[in-house]
Amino acid sequence: MSSLPAAFAKIKAEKPVPLDELPLLDGPALAAAMRDAIREGSRVVSYFGTPKGEGRTELVAIMAGDTTNALGAARALVKEGFPSIARDCPQTQLFEREIAEQCGLVPEGHPWLKPVRYRRSWTGRDAWGRDPAAPILPGVGDFYRVEGEEVHEVAVGPVHAGIIEPGHFRFQCHGEEVFHLEIALGYQHRGVEESLLKGPDLRTFRLIETIAGDTTIGHATAYSHAVEGLAGTRRSPRVDAIRAIALELERLANHTGDLGAIAGDTGYLPTSSFCGRIRGDFLNMTAVLAGNRFGRGLLRPGGVAFDIADAERDELLKRLAAAESDVTNAVGLMWDSASVMARLEDTGRLTKEEAIELGLVGPAARGSGLARDVRRDHPSGIYRFAQIPVATADSGDVYARANVRWLEVGRSIAFVRDRLGALPSGAIDSGSGPLAPNSLVVALVEGWRGEICHAAITDGEGRFARYKVVDPSFHNWPGLARALRGQEISDFPLCNKSFNLSYCGHDL
Amino acid sequence: MLKAMLARAKQGYRTMRYPAGDPPPLPARFQGLPIIDAARCAEGDRACEDCAAVCPTKAIIVTNTAGSAPSIDLGACLFCGDCVRACPRGAITFGKDYRLSTSRREDLVVESFGPGADAKTYARAVAMGRELRRLLGRSLKLREVSAGGCNACEADVNVLGTVGWDLGRFGIQFVASPRHADGILVTGPVTRNMELALKKTWDAIPGPKVAIAVGSCAISGGPFAGSPEVLGGLGSTGIPVDLWVPGCPPHPLTILDGLLRLIGKIKS
Repeated sequence: MSSLPAAFAKIKAEKPVPLDELPLLDGPALAAAMRDAIREGSRVVSYFGTPKGEGRTELVAIMAGDTTNALGAARALVKEGFPSIARDCPQTQLFEREIAEQCGLVPEGHPWLKPVRYRRSWTGRDAWGRDPAAPILPGVGDFYRVEGEEVHEVAVGPVHAGIIEPGHFRFQCHGEEVFHLEIALGYQHRGVEESLLKGPDLRTFRLIETIAGDTTIGHATAYSHAVEGLAGTRRSPRVDAIRAIALELERLANHTGDLGAIAGDTGYLPTSSFCGRIRGDFLNMTAVLAGNRFGRGLLRPGGVAFDIADAERDELLKRLAAAESDVTNAVGLMWDSASVMARLEDTGRLTKEEAIELGLVGPAARGSGLARDVRRDHPSGIYRFAQIPVATADSGDVYARANVRWLEVGRSIAFVRDRLGALPSGAIDSGSGPLAPNSLVVALVEGWRGEICHAAITDGEGRFARYKVVDPSFHNWPGLARALRGQEISDFPLCNKSFNLSYCGHDL
Repeated sequence: MLKAMLARAKQGYRTMRYPAGDPPPLPARFQGLPIIDAARCAEGDRACEDCAAVCPTKAIIVTNTAGSAPSIDLGACLFCGDCVRACPRGAITFGKDYRLSTSRREDLVVESFGPGADAKTYARAVAMGRELRRLLGRSLKLREVSAGGCNACEADVNVLGTVGWDLGRFGIQFVASPRHADGILVTGPVTRNMELALKKTWDAIPGPKVAIAVGSCAISGGPFAGSPEVLGGLGSTGIPVDLWVPGCPPHPLTILDGLLRLIGKIKS
C-alpha cells in the first residue's frame, strides 16, 4: 500500500497547484516525511532546491505512490543545510548531492557527498568549501577504493572507445572481478536548467528538445504537458494520439538499436547488423511525421506541427509492417543462439529489492520484476484511454533487460498500428497562452529509458522561477554501478548497453 | 548457423549504391538548404525582420539596407522552421538540398537570391589538399569526441557505420584511440568540462590531421550558445576546422556528403 503521508499535498500530473497550497515544512520535517513515505512503499520522483535569496533555499519533494496512482508534493525552507536521508533511502542520494551542488547546501549525514556535475553553485556558497578561485576539475576527487595487494584500479573515460558520450568509470578489480564501480559524470553539462529560467522564451523549446537528443519526443511531451497545464490549454484527442505515436516510434527506434548493440557486444553480428539498419527504419518513420529523424519541431505547446493525413498514415502502416517483420526475424536469431544467451543470462544481475532501493525506472526496473511504467501508473494523453500492458522480466540480468525491450517492441508496434487505424478527430494545434503565476506543475512521461519528470515553478509573472528536469538516467546510473559488482570487467560494455543510459540527460 | 544464413537471405543486401547511384529518398517534410526570396521579402521596402525576431539562435542576419533581404547562418541554424512560419510573405523555404557542408565557416551563411540581392551560390566543401588526399584520401581514420552533444549527432554519425550506409567502403572508419586516427570529428557545443579531454584527444592525434565539426552545437554552440557552461563550438577551441557540417542534427546523408567531399570522392 503506497499512499502518501499527510505531509504531502495530493497533486495530479499536468494540474498546476498554487505554491501557497503546498505544505511548507522545515528541513527535518520534510526529511522525515520523505523517509516515512519511502518506507511505506512510495518513491522519489523529483527532489530539488531553488535559491530564494537572503541565504534561503526552498526544497521541493515530489513523491509517487504508484499502486494508488498517487502523486504528492511538499516543500521546506532551509538555510545552510538539511538532513540527509540517503543512508536509509539510497534513492535520494543523487538528488541530495545535486541540491548540495546547485544550492551550496550541506545534506547533513550524507554518506558519500560528491559533486554531480563539477560546477559552481548558483548561490556563491559551496557545499564543499572549495576555494572560489580554484577551477573545479571534472571527475577529480576521492573515488571509493578497495585496498589490497592484488587489487587494481581501472579508469575509463571521459572519452570512450566508440561514438558515444563521455563519462568516467572507475573500477576496483581483483583479477577479472569487479568489486566496485564508481561512475563520475558531468562532462556533458551544458547549463540547461539555468538557461530555462525566466522562460518560456524563443530558445526554450529547442533546449527542451536537446536535453537528451535521442529522447526529443519524451522531453518535448513532458514540457508541453507542463506548459499546457499552466496555461489551461485543452488539447484535442488527435494531438494526444499523434504525440503518442511519435513517443512509441522513439521507443521502437531506441529499443531496436539497443537489442542490436547488446547482440553486438556478445560478438553476434547478424542481429547487430540487421538491427542497426532497422533502427534507421523506425527513425525514418518519425521523419515521415516530422521531416527529421528525431522529431525535432514535431511538438509545440498546444499541439503538434504536422498532421497525419491518409498519405502519411498509409505510409507509416506500410513501413511498420515491414519493420515488424524484419526486427522479429533479426532479434529471433539472438534468442536462438546459445552462445549469445550464455553471455546475457546471469550477467549484471540486480534483484527487485535493489531496484526498489535505488529507485530505478524504465526497462532497467522492469527487468528486475519491478512493474513501474508511467503509461499505466500516471497516464496522460491517450494513455488514459489506450493501455499498453507493462512488460516485465524476473531475472534482473542483461537477458531480462533485453527481453523487456523486446516485449515492448511488440507492444509498441501494436499500439502504433491501433492508433493509426483509429485517429481521433480534432485540431492539431490549440495554441498556447500565458502561464498561471506562482504555481507548481509536474508532468510525467514514460520515455524509452524510463520516467521523465518535468517540474515547473512559476513566478508572479508566470515565468519559470525554476524548471527541474529529471531524466530517467538520473535514477538509473547508480543501478549500473551496482549491477557491476561481482561481474567480470569484460562484461562491462554488455551491462552498460543493457542499461543504455543518457549522459547528457543526467548532466543537463 | 543455417538460421542466420536464412535471415541474411530474408534481410537482403541493403548497402545503398550512392554515391554511384541516387541518394536514398529523403522524407517529404525534409528541411534542407534554405531558399530566401529577396523579391518576396522586402517588396521594394526594407525587410520586416519578423524572421530574425523569432529565430532561437539568432541565426538570421538582416542588414536592412534598402532592398536587402535576410541571410541565414547555417552554422547557428537549427532548421526548426520558426522563421518560415513567422514570415508574412512566404519568403523563406527550406528546400530538399541536403548538400550543406562547407570548408570555411563563413561559407555557411546562406544569402538570398533575386533582383537586387547579392545572389551567391552556396560554396560547398572542397577536398583536402593534394598532399593530404594522397595520404588520407583512401584511408581516413577518425576519432569521434562528443563534447556535450545531445546524442542525436552522435547517433547519426554512428548510423553511417550500419549496413545501409557502410562508411567503411570509402576507407573511412571510426577508431578507438586517437593514436590510430588521422582526424577528429566533434559533436556538441564543447562544454567546459570536456575542454581538456577534447584538447588532449586532438593533441594525441599524430599529424597530419583533420578536424570536422558536425552539428550546430559543434559549429556555434547550437541551442546552448551563450550558456556559460559551454565554449560555443569547435572554432572556440583553437583547433583548425577542415569541414563544417550544419544541422540539428544533420541528416546522415548530409554528414556523408560532407565526408565524401573532404576526401575528394564527391566534387562540386
